[in-house]
Amino acid sequence: MSLTAKDKATVRLFWNKVAGKAELVGADALSRMLSVYPQTKTYFSHWKDLSPGSAPVRKHGKTIMMGIGDAVTKMDDLNANLLSLSELHAFQLRVDPTNFRLLSLQLVVVLAIMFPVEFTPQAHVAVDKFLCALALALSEKYR
Amino acid sequence: MVEWTESEVKTLERIWRNVDVDVIGPLALTRCLIVYPWTQRYFGSFGDLSTEKSIQTNPKVANHGVVVLSSMKSAMESLTDMKNKFSALSTLHSEKLHVDPDNFRLLSDCLTITVAGRMGSKFTAEMHATWQKFLSVLVSALGRQYH
Repeated sequence: MSLTAKDKATVRLFWNKVAGKAELVGADALSRMLSVYPQTKTYFSHWKDLSPGSAPVRKHGKTIMMGIGDAVTKMDDLNANLLSLSELHAFQLRVDPTNFRLLSLQLVVVLAIMFPVEFTPQAHVAVDKFLCALALALSEKYR
Repeated sequence: MVEWTESEVKTLERIWRNVDVDVIGPLALTRCLIVYPWTQRYFGSFGDLSTEKSIQTNPKVANHGVVVLSSMKSAMESLTDMKNKFSALSTLHSEKLHVDPDNFRLLSDCLTITVAGRMGSKFTAEMHATWQKFLSVLVSALGRQYH
């Protein structure tokens, strides 16, 4: 399931359209993940407010989207290019890797809602493959 | 309510007869901490977990393995009503311990592997299926109070 040249081009093109609304997408996706998969809240017990659209959720959604946007520029070798981010997740945050998939699912739903025309099945498959590859790169240093 | 045939209950009893909680508990937990090292995040107060050897000789880990497996074994007393039996424990894991419930699955898998390793070919596919059903119900009950 590795990213073909066509996949990468599709992701870059689509992400250009997303970039302007990245913060909104991130906040919505994170809010949804916390509601739809309440077990994910266990990683944020240090936040005062976990409700959808709250300040910490919006801030963290933005952080995540910036990370993803950065990964879009590094698609040619995600595993090598995301080593320090992987180390962060592996040794400090220790987020169970299943959760990468859960967030990816929410991201895709939000993209479908916010970009109904552009998020065609073709864009969807490329983005989904990219998010899978990104999750793998993030888990690289786990063990 | 989960239903169990007489045969399934007998199978579970047979498996549990092969499980010495004081031995298997520590083995399963140490295996989990080694195979899925991110699970160590919940055991910051347990001292040295830096190497496989330190995990395997850590007395707090061993003790905790016994605690957890004893609790899992007690599920045999409430096979048809695990969700109520484990309601308080589920709330504890969610609201106080903040444990990602995916870890329940990881530990269960390590337990199965440890038990299988002990029982060898006596742990038939049929027994395995019943055991997996038991663990799935247990894991589900533990995850129920996550809101």
